[in-house]
Amino acid sequence: MDLTRRQFLTGSAVAGGGAVGLTKFGFDMAPAYAQVPSLKILRATETRTLCPYCAVGCSMIAYSMGDKSLNVTQSLIHIEGDPDSPINGGTLCPKGASTLQMALNGNRGEYPMYRAAGATEWTRISWDDAMDRMATFVKTARDNHFTEKDEAGNTVNRQTGFAFLGGATISNEEGYLTAKLMRGLGTVYLEQQARV
Amino acid sequence: MTNHWRDFKNSDVILVIGANPAENHPCGWKWAQVGRDEHGTKIIHVDPRFTRTSAIADLYAPIRAGTDTAFFGGLISYILENKLYHEDYVKLHTNASFLVSESYTFDDGLFSGYDAAKRAYTTTSWDYEREAPPVGGSPAPGLAQGTAPDPSTAFAKVDPTLQHPRSVFQIMKAHYSRYTPDMVSKITGMPVEKFVEIAKLMGSTGVAEKVGSIVYAVGLTHHTSGVQIIRALGMVQLLLGNVGRPGGGVNAERGHANIQGNTDNAISWEVLPGYLAIPRPGMETLNDYVGRVPAKQLRSTSINYFGANYKKFLISTLKGFYGDGAKADNDFAYSWVPKPAGNSSWLTVHDEARSGRLDGIIYGGFHGVAVGPDSNRMAESLSKLKWLVIMDPLPTTGSEFWHAPGIDAAEVATEVLFLPTTHWIEKDGSFTNSGRWAQWKYKATHAPAEVRDDNWILGHLFLRLRELYEKEGGKFPEPIKSLTWNYTDPGNPGLEEIAKEVNGVDLGTGRRLASFALLKDDGTTTTGNWIYTGSYPEEGNMMARRGTDDPTGMGYFHNWAWSWPLNRRILYNRASADASGNPWDPTHVGVKWDGKAWVGDVPDFPVASNPSAGQGAFIMTGEGVGRLFAPGTLTTDGPLPEHYEQTESPLNNMLSKTERNPATFIYTDAAASFATDDKEFPYVATTYRVTEHEHFVTQHVPYLVEAMPDFFIELPVELAEKKGIVNGGRVKVRSKRGEVEGVAIVTKRMRPLTIGQGKVVYQVGIPLHWNYAGGKSAGGKDALSRKPEMANLLTPYIGDANVRTPEFKGFLVDIEKADS
Repeated sequence: MDLTRRQFLTGSAVAGGGAVGLTKFGFDMAPAYAQVPSLKILRATETRTLCPYCAVGCSMIAYSMGDKSLNVTQSLIHIEGDPDSPINGGTLCPKGASTLQMALNGNRGEYPMYRAAGATEWTRISWDDAMDRMATFVKTARDNHFTEKDEAGNTVNRQTGFAFLGGATISNEEGYLTAKLMRGLGTVYLEQQARV
Repeated sequence: MTNHWRDFKNSDVILVIGANPAENHPCGWKWAQVGRDEHGTKIIHVDPRFTRTSAIADLYAPIRAGTDTAFFGGLISYILENKLYHEDYVKLHTNASFLVSESYTFDDGLFSGYDAAKRAYTTTSWDYEREAPPVGGSPAPGLAQGTAPDPSTAFAKVDPTLQHPRSVFQIMKAHYSRYTPDMVSKITGMPVEKFVEIAKLMGSTGVAEKVGSIVYAVGLTHHTSGVQIIRALGMVQLLLGNVGRPGGGVNAERGHANIQGNTDNAISWEVLPGYLAIPRPGMETLNDYVGRVPAKQLRSTSINYFGANYKKFLISTLKGFYGDGAKADNDFAYSWVPKPAGNSSWLTVHDEARSGRLDGIIYGGFHGVAVGPDSNRMAESLSKLKWLVIMDPLPTTGSEFWHAPGIDAAEVATEVLFLPTTHWIEKDGSFTNSGRWAQWKYKATHAPAEVRDDNWILGHLFLRLRELYEKEGGKFPEPIKSLTWNYTDPGNPGLEEIAKEVNGVDLGTGRRLASFALLKDDGTTTTGNWIYTGSYPEEGNMMARRGTDDPTGMGYFHNWAWSWPLNRRILYNRASADASGNPWDPTHVGVKWDGKAWVGDVPDFPVASNPSAGQGAFIMTGEGVGRLFAPGTLTTDGPLPEHYEQTESPLNNMLSKTERNPATFIYTDAAASFATDDKEFPYVATTYRVTEHEHFVTQHVPYLVEAMPDFFIELPVELAEKKGIVNGGRVKVRSKRGEVEGVAIVTKRMRPLTIGQGKVVYQVGIPLHWNYAGGKSAGGKDALSRKPEMANLLTPYIGDANVRTPEFKGFLVDIEKADS
């Protein structure tokens, strides 16, 4: 068919033809325009998680990519509210809605660090070194400040050499292990955010 | 909470006080607004600041920070004087009818038994009048800290008519008769007519067919009388008949994802998991402890469930901790449990550090300096430590204290270890929300770089210590050798394994228990935390359930996750029904008696106990009923809440000559750091939080910093005019302890208050979230922020008389334009 220059530029094979429909080359563009853009989470793995911030306990769904084959690392790509939850019903506040930036955060510590007395900077150390130091700190403090019986002769079996403070954003299971271990060491200085 | 988030929908009236849920708990708070949309829930907001919660409230009233006891005392008085209380409920479910001991007195702000030299009470006179011991022996009362048991005890006497002059009812009425609306207004600055309007609306729930909730947060707890403020709130709810009912309750909005869970797991100096009291020196044997600590039965109708089963819970926990090391012939290793000499709380720990008596602190996901109070003093305390270990994903004011602005690192000898830990999303585990719902989450992504789980650190610490004690010896290694540690990977105990351990097992069958009712005191059962027994029974992980059905329509959702105890959604729910077991309001069924059993929510009561037996609804108390008067075993500063002025105050106490709480503890050198009048520091400051930030950690989140970038100070228009401060200008705020600088937000939302005999007082609002570690990368070379932006540089080093929660709100400051 002969095309005028005008018809070519408008892309219509027939005068008055619209944008959707057969192009001059015979392609049917209707299905292309009808196609919904694919969601980025379409092939993601969904994992149920919770918000780490306040105590409402909003449920969230975390989406990660990576098909779980060998050598492929999962990576988080999206987090949103879980509509099934009778507590938050899929909604999140600004903090919950931005948790991806907390999870993937460039300010995070990546390796253990040590600061010596009087030092002006951190030094990177190995985990082995870090745990050796921590165990030495703890054992020395415990042994140097352990009281089996107090001045009145009461059995007390307490250590007052060091304190463990913390725990409002760790799970119940981590918190229980903390309490069990610290009490097992004879710790009396044991506190978390509930106090403040 | 006694109730839970979704339950707000069921209320007719909600009083929000010392909280701002529209901004700080918005996703849970929405249920109150759903209640309004569906059936007209009325919302009252009482707060020093007019906030977004105020904006959607039906009724708002301002209040001077720290005067909430006066406000609640006024409500109690108004409710009693105008007979707005739910009389049947009060007679059935409270200790209003109990008679108080003749040796109890109250005069000019002081209760009987005060020792001014010690700044402490002997609390034994705050007791009930007793009647002849029952056949079979006389139980002794439970033990308050430092007091001796009263040998001449038995049950409490009652007068069901409530007319006896020494009945709790009459004593309470006399005590709060001083809290007239006019007095409340003069103390709190709340206009009289607003107070009366609130009292009437609250009072409207004192009938069977209405129910009211009180929702609060740290605006009520951050005071030297914080415990008494909450007590007064509880009394209002008992008088109105709101405790134990859907839509009612005493509802604390907690602040962190798992602060509730780890309160339950007892990361607190004074308790073992499940709120078992830590043993004290002098309780030499298990039987000494059991004789003195658990509550005693005070009425024949009292089940006294906690008191009666305490020993079973403790022994099962000891078996859980020490395994085979805990045996019948060594008192189940009771003597291995460390007994603190005295208070060992947050304020005490840092005071010990400052005084050079503490070698080290491990901060596990806790900020330290920014948390305060008195952040300069906190930093000083850390600098006296030999060592500091930080377990955290991100740098904090604790990890970076040694090179914070104003600190010369060369002068700080503290060795510091920074151990990078995993985020919540990089591991499984359960979080327990404010409504006591324990919800399981799953690991969604891997930990990056060399980041390790908290449990990896604890596991490796334990293994190294155990090995060191075996090789080198050292002090008292027995508990360490016996500590149960039977994990698949002992270097990183798994979270499912621990959840099963916490649930507890029957050692005979090896099977996990379905209820704490199955725990025994003969060493044949274990638990990690008795209130979580039943969370992971043989059937599986109840916390991981995600059922979305709600057949009763009350919002229980019993198949979604698991709440403690035993998946109960509303505590004290037997109190939602009358003496015959019929709900006060058939449209709001907590539980009801169907002729054979209590049905509805999981009953907080023996399921087959016929109401005709008259057993008390409050099964966890020795009384069996809710406490309006709280005997001396329970608090250190009074059986009835009494208003005192805060540590720093612009007004003399109008109610008595006892200016301040007489039972607070004054730490080393702290008194000199308090302003003694309001001449130099005339304005009342409060601290608070905003929606966009969670304490200090969100300074690392770019979107949130973009949404709320700058530290600011809110002040009234009238004060700004006085001081030549313009909106958006920079201001300095000083207290006796420190100073901060930020952007001024001049607002009409904080009105001047008129207190006392016509004295005008201004309040200033200071948000918490900025700090010198904010936005800095771990180990980075960036200079830490030089701007003094931590609100807690201003706050006083003193805490509640009972629990030593610091007085973060209601202290005195001065404010002026900053030069730069």
